[in-house]
Amino acid sequence: MRRLHVDWRAGSSLVGTILAAVSLSFVVPIVVALVYGETDLWVFVASAILTAVVGLALRRLDPDPDPGAREAFFVVAMSWLLVAVFGAVPYVLAGNGSVAHPVNALFESMSGFTTTGATVMEDISFDTHSRSMLLWRQLTQWLGGMGIIVLAVAILSQLAVGGAQLMEAETPGPGVSKLTPHIAETARVLWIAYVGLTVLYIALLYAAHLLGYAPNMDLYNAIAHGFTTLPTGGFSPEARSIEAFSPLVQWLVVPFMFAAGVNFVLWWHVISGDWRTLLRDNEFRLYLGVVTGLSIVATVVLFLSTLETPETGQIGGNLERSARYATFQIASVTNSTGYANMDFDAWSGPAKAVLLFAMFVGGSTGSTGGGIKVLRWLVILKTFRRELFTAIHPDAVRPVRMNGRVLDEEAVRGIYAFTLLYLVIFFVGVALFAIDAARVGFEIELLDVISASIATLGNIGPGLGTVTGPMGGYVDFPTSSKLLMVCFMWIGRLEIFPVLVLLTRAYWQR
Amino acid sequence: MRVIVVGAGEVGRAIATNLEQSHDVVVIDRNEETVEELTYSLDVLALRGDGTELETLREAGVEQTDLVIACTDSDETNLVVCGSVKTVTDAFTIARVRRRTLLETWEGAQSAFGVDFMVCTDLLTAQAIFRICGLPAAQDVDMFAGGLVRMAEFHIRPESPVANESIQEADRYDSLTFAGIFRDDELIVATGETVIQPDDRLVVIGSPDSVAEFAADATTAPDDDLDEIVIIGGSEIGYQAALEFESHGYSPRLIEQDPDRARELAEALPDTLVLESDATDLEFLAREHVDEADVIVAALDSDEKNLLVSLLGRRLGVDRTIAVIENLEYADLFQRVGIDVAVNPREETAEEIVRFTRTRRAEKVVMLEHDRAEVIEFEVDADSALLGDSIEEVVAELPDGVVVGAISRGGKRITPRGTTVVQPGDHVVLFVDARVLEEVLEAI
Repeated sequence: MRRLHVDWRAGSSLVGTILAAVSLSFVVPIVVALVYGETDLWVFVASAILTAVVGLALRRLDPDPDPGAREAFFVVAMSWLLVAVFGAVPYVLAGNGSVAHPVNALFESMSGFTTTGATVMEDISFDTHSRSMLLWRQLTQWLGGMGIIVLAVAILSQLAVGGAQLMEAETPGPGVSKLTPHIAETARVLWIAYVGLTVLYIALLYAAHLLGYAPNMDLYNAIAHGFTTLPTGGFSPEARSIEAFSPLVQWLVVPFMFAAGVNFVLWWHVISGDWRTLLRDNEFRLYLGVVTGLSIVATVVLFLSTLETPETGQIGGNLERSARYATFQIASVTNSTGYANMDFDAWSGPAKAVLLFAMFVGGSTGSTGGGIKVLRWLVILKTFRRELFTAIHPDAVRPVRMNGRVLDEEAVRGIYAFTLLYLVIFFVGVALFAIDAARVGFEIELLDVISASIATLGNIGPGLGTVTGPMGGYVDFPTSSKLLMVCFMWIGRLEIFPVLVLLTRAYWQR
Repeated sequence: MRVIVVGAGEVGRAIATNLEQSHDVVVIDRNEETVEELTYSLDVLALRGDGTELETLREAGVEQTDLVIACTDSDETNLVVCGSVKTVTDAFTIARVRRRTLLETWEGAQSAFGVDFMVCTDLLTAQAIFRICGLPAAQDVDMFAGGLVRMAEFHIRPESPVANESIQEADRYDSLTFAGIFRDDELIVATGETVIQPDDRLVVIGSPDSVAEFAADATTAPDDDLDEIVIIGGSEIGYQAALEFESHGYSPRLIEQDPDRARELAEALPDTLVLESDATDLEFLAREHVDEADVIVAALDSDEKNLLVSLLGRRLGVDRTIAVIENLEYADLFQRVGIDVAVNPREETAEEIVRFTRTRRAEKVVMLEHDRAEVIEFEVDADSALLGDSIEEVVAELPDGVVVGAISRGGKRITPRGTTVVQPGDHVVLFVDARVLEEVLEAI
């Protein structure tokens, strides 16, 4: 039967199914609470029950859902929204610190699931929050990293048929490449690569600790950072983020942050012993080039600066330190991880300019990184080159190629539309945050406003400036601004269209 | 030998003509009139029927046949013919195809489709175009002995230093043999006293280096390198030619008028600059500096259009024009009025196929000037007439009109001199006047 209207019952039923599946993830903080004998145990048990009940109730709306292309947008957008809402429940129930406020809790939860990494926690320490609560915060990022829909498709046989559409709507970059005939198998392959890299990373971090090179990196911290590095999340149970760890750990984090910004399909090829596909990939090469190039520029800028930190002393003039801080920060900001190994708000103007530039790059398609994404920039650069060429040869026919394959002109137009829309939303965000701050008389600098907009829309997390910087927090923003940021993180994670489509009249009519 | 030719188009007819005297040829075609006409014009048995049907093939005597050549205009038909033949006999099958992908499939698994040898017409033509482009002023170029030996035909202009010299005088190039001269409609087999006259077409055989050296010296063609190649017409041949240039590291330009085909070509040819325009638009040609091209290849779908764009290119000042000419009768005329080289797809195909009809399987056959002479390569075995005495003595016993062009022994090239003695296992490249071809083929 052809439906003229969106089948919201079928959509809601699927959202319920996904929500019920996500409720299982509360097992992790429950186990942690048991291990450490924490009172937050009941918080997570209650949250799990609440989420499961609501999920199963929604599921009853349509026992046999048959979702189409239209429902895919609904399912994806609503799943992410509801998962963030229910992920916020523990913060509220525990009632500790600034995240006990419902809006702050929602902000923290959305920031977690969308792997943004912006925080409204005023005091990140075990004095205020339990270990299970801080690990839950880390876990939300890990769940959101590869995408809850990809996870759902991988584990729920019910989504085997509509799965491709759902995955396409969740990561609407230019095309989900099906690795295998069955979409569920593709989803599983992606998750296996994701889990594999995470486990390897945790093992390396903990090994460094056992060998005495990383005093602070105990098992809890190793797992906690494993949960937020590969999803390019950026949350850390340490208030000082990666700065709290030894230089060795900082160097170890860099390649894994970088790897998280690479298309996981390519990692799957590497795991299967095929390095050439990775090395020949146009997007990977540009990503590698951008990160390397910006790192070198930032290293030089830092080396020539007179920057000092209280912990490590002089940075300017010290090559290892300049390179470490520059490489780390560029790798962290480019693909939207958002870790900090120092308060980069203290960087000089030129160095911060390099970071701001990096914020607009984004990760690769099919990676856990956010932002505009390298592939789009690559296509845009290629069309620029074509424009210049056709100015000289007006009759030339030049298709845009990606990895040797011709890109459809329609896809090129789509990329332009996306990028322009992204920038428009970014500028609207800058204006709205400024207006909102002025409305409540909140003193804020331009750089803070700009980076609040890009850092939430691009799922980067920490921005530049005293308020949004890595050692600051978003807690001081007015509540209305924080709600807007929740929306920004939401639409940014889903790459704008699935959410905006729901706002059009045509979607709801026919 | 009994040969069945399926399809009496231009290729089939060219093959039948070449074979009618020395073999028993049966031609199958579906067109009644063609069959009628063939019966009277050629000394072959012409049958009307569908070559894909076993009954027709049986009627043609497929069971007693050694060689079946499927050369209709349809790739699929040709493959089915070969497959059908293989169900009843082990005859050697040759299929002519246009699509290169079929050739690639066949090459990947020899004898796929029941085809023993596959000839891709358009690819052969494209390869010929590439070879000819690579040598300035050459009219025809071919390789022998796995690339050790090169044959080339040059048009000698009055300004050339070898014009009005005798062969003996001109013979100052290492490892180069002057094989023959085409003068108007006449073929002269070169001897020391023969004088090279202006407007002769001279055939030389030798090492690739010496042929190139001779080309640069003796022809007055501009000797700058080949870098600006313009292909006009995105036909299958134009596409294959562009592909051929690309695979040798060149970046040609291709002009195609149809927007959809232009887009298709641009997608398929990453290193080619595809321009969507009418190649006769002078403003466009000036804007794209086509006049500065080193060579233009006219590969449009009609001979007349190819002549037109070639003449246009000539007038603009293009160094060299090569045109694909389907009609053999036009080729000479067009070459006389302004096209430097006319490449004929049918001739290229026939060369490939004819070599399988030689009783002693030649390694390679090249027909010159519509088969007035041939250059053939073959491996010498124990009972060849070439064995024993020096070349001087052996050639004296063969009919007039034979020149030993080159010998390759164990992968090394030997420049044949009068005293050279041929050994079994040698690969010999001979230039043979077509009039004595049968006699020579018998003897060697």
